[in-house]
Amino acid sequence: MHPVLLTIFQRLGLGLLTLFLVSVVIFSALEFLPGDFGEAVLGQAATEETVAAFRRELGLDQPAVVRYVQWIASVLQGDFGTSFSGRAASGVDRSRSVVEMIGPRLSNTLFLASMAAIIAVPLALFLGITAALKRNTFYDKAVSASTLTTISFPEFFVAYLLILLFSSWLQWFPSLANVNDDMPLLERAYRAALPALTLTLVIVAHMMRMTRAAIINLLASPYIEMARLKGASPSDVILKHALPNAWAPIVNVIAFNLAYLVVGVVVVEVVFVYPGIGQLMVDAVKSRDIPVVQACALIFAATYILLNLFADVVSIATNPRLLHPK
Amino acid sequence: MSTDTDDSVLLEIRDLRIDGFSDERWHEIIKGVDLTLRRGQVMGLIGESGAGKSTLGLAAMGFARPGCRLTSGSIRFDGVELMDAPESEKRKLWGSRICYVAQSAAASFNPAHRLIEQTTEAALSHGLQSGAEAQAAARELYRAMQLPNPDTIGDRYPHQVSGGQLQRAMTAMAMASKPDLIIFDEPTTALDVTTQVGVLAAMRSVVEQFNTAAIYITHDLAVVAQMADVIKVLRFGETMEDAPTREMLSAPKHPYTKSLWSVRALQKEAEKSDDIVLDVRSVDAAYGSSKVLHDVSVRVPRGKTVAVVGESGSGKSTTARVITGLLPPSAGKVFFNGQALPAALRDRSVEQLRQIQMIYQSADTAMNPRHTVGDIIGRPLEFYHGLRGAAKQKRVLELLQLIELDGNFIDRLPGELSGGQKQRICIARALAAEPDVIICDEVTSALDQIVQEGILKLLLRLQKELGVTYVFITHDIAVVKAISDEIVVMLEGRVVQQDIKDHVLSPPQPEYTRRLLASVPEMDPDWLTRLLEEQADVVARADGD
Repeated sequence: MHPVLLTIFQRLGLGLLTLFLVSVVIFSALEFLPGDFGEAVLGQAATEETVAAFRRELGLDQPAVVRYVQWIASVLQGDFGTSFSGRAASGVDRSRSVVEMIGPRLSNTLFLASMAAIIAVPLALFLGITAALKRNTFYDKAVSASTLTTISFPEFFVAYLLILLFSSWLQWFPSLANVNDDMPLLERAYRAALPALTLTLVIVAHMMRMTRAAIINLLASPYIEMARLKGASPSDVILKHALPNAWAPIVNVIAFNLAYLVVGVVVVEVVFVYPGIGQLMVDAVKSRDIPVVQACALIFAATYILLNLFADVVSIATNPRLLHPK
Repeated sequence: MSTDTDDSVLLEIRDLRIDGFSDERWHEIIKGVDLTLRRGQVMGLIGESGAGKSTLGLAAMGFARPGCRLTSGSIRFDGVELMDAPESEKRKLWGSRICYVAQSAAASFNPAHRLIEQTTEAALSHGLQSGAEAQAAARELYRAMQLPNPDTIGDRYPHQVSGGQLQRAMTAMAMASKPDLIIFDEPTTALDVTTQVGVLAAMRSVVEQFNTAAIYITHDLAVVAQMADVIKVLRFGETMEDAPTREMLSAPKHPYTKSLWSVRALQKEAEKSDDIVLDVRSVDAAYGSSKVLHDVSVRVPRGKTVAVVGESGSGKSTTARVITGLLPPSAGKVFFNGQALPAALRDRSVEQLRQIQMIYQSADTAMNPRHTVGDIIGRPLEFYHGLRGAAKQKRVLELLQLIELDGNFIDRLPGELSGGQKQRICIARALAAEPDVIICDEVTSALDQIVQEGILKLLLRLQKELGVTYVFITHDIAVVKAISDEIVVMLEGRVVQQDIKDHVLSPPQPEYTRRLLASVPEMDPDWLTRLLEEQADVVARADGD
């Protein structure tokens, strides 16, 4: 087997191992929460029998290890269990399955994240490369200053600023990003424009600065001087000679920021009342809806691991020493 | 090159001045240099590091590195003034009519692209050839440069071929667009001597074949003697001497030029001794699973100098690491005064540590930049001899005197010292322990000829006065001839030969010793031609059999 494939499989295996460890941590962290689940969920008014029946139904009378195995086994089959919410002391069960609850929220969040990524990543690369090309000029300084400004403000502040500008004054975009599945794609994109723009402003600076730094770092290499002395144009020097060697650090920062788009958007979702997974998790934590919290945490962890795995693979695949061994 | 018409002049530099930026201000580093190069002529540019050779070579292309600026004078290349030409104009010449061969091919090839892509890049981007033509031409050049598998080697990435091959490929890259002028910037300095011979021969034949003019930059007079028609000696940015090669070699005029011969003039009578202080017996050693030393035995007589020579990767430094205990051997033992030393450093007593000291190639990185000279030399005095306060201070001053430095150096930081002074401090630090044996690992390799001579003389004097024993690791045969009593020749982790100097240097010798010594360039400008003829004879005879 090609050594690169082997390395990729190794990374994949390590990723799965990490995910397994994370699932253990998530499960046991919730296990250590004080108080009784049944009582907390059903409320003080619940009778002892109801609580006992509830505990039995949830399997809380089983040892933790058994419950973990049952939980992880059903998760592997795509079943995250049933939400606690909707149950009440009255005994009427209006609860929904976790998958049913998370599904649409997750797809909304992914939609917003993709939208922000589609704008932010090319923009950051473009700004980073051009800033490296024209380093120490007015353009370079202007790009650095403006991206640094946007990253320096807290994201809710950027969000309110955008609302003030684009929805109150200019009235171009709605301030509330309430989307649903029935909307046509363009309509959804239009409504999600302001949260996407907020996220873009927050993550561009980091990626742009890393792109610029990675390229400028390489410009001192002898092979760059050689390229110049072969008569290569400034854009060839950057795009053909520096960039192919700069991917590893750039991709790592991109992956990190993309992960942030999925797992760190709570504030932005709250400001724009966007029905994403971040809001759902906040609500679930508040109402002690353990199965939902577990599912969200696991999804977040998987996102991080997957994106970092992707960055690793790109770093390996762009390193000719690994790709073309002796 | 026969007539003196203006038409034959390819490059004419007049009163060129270049500034370099350091210590927060601009200094003049090229101070009014003139240079005239005719078509097809090869000029050797020699001088020590900091003489401005590379700066001048690049300026011949109208190029100044970041931190340098061309201030005044004129650079005319084939009638075009490059001094104030915009970069876009110069780019048309770079890679098409003027090409550059860098010192380190390994660093100057882009790791992300195949060799052939890089070889043909300039010819394609200047529109000189079509893709297929350029590729065919590149393969032809690989063949001319005697690269193995010339038809397929271009498909490889830089890390997949050896340093010597890369250096040839880089010359092929420079030749690809059939330039009028090539700047060779120390193209063989990073190579082993046996590799260097082949590269020199290939470069010379290609330059002759295409009648290309060249500026050949080097600090090695013997190398330049093989390559150049004329030689220019540079020092501190000024021309010291200009002369045709043979004239300069037979009758150097300027005292500075004469001094460049100095190390080669240094000689020491070899003495035989059977009083063995350090005895490495049948040592095997490995880094992880790759075995690098095979049954290595070295005997070091007391108060003498044993030179360990060999090419990079031959196991010289690994042997030193085994002796010092940094790398415990997987088999065999090291005996000191007849007693076996513990294999690992941490098992050795302070007394055992004191007896063997080490001096490294790069004095820069071997000293803590935040410690003063007094701290650096004082540390072993404290650690091994328990000296403190005034006693320590007194001993540091004595040691400084011993290495011929002034007492006021005691408060300086390494950053304030020259390369030679730093190496002297490292020697003093080793001496501070009052060791029996000092292992010198390529201690003069990073130094200029004259500074090198000073350090070697110092080491010889210290040996005479203190009776210290040296294990002197080097790849430089001239240094070996200058200072050693015995020579150990190593190849691929094995000892080929250990004997007294005169025996190793004269026949009968093992085949590898003979080849190694034959590859060391000599001052005679006919040396390379003669060597190649001899090799051709050997091959012809072998074929005849």
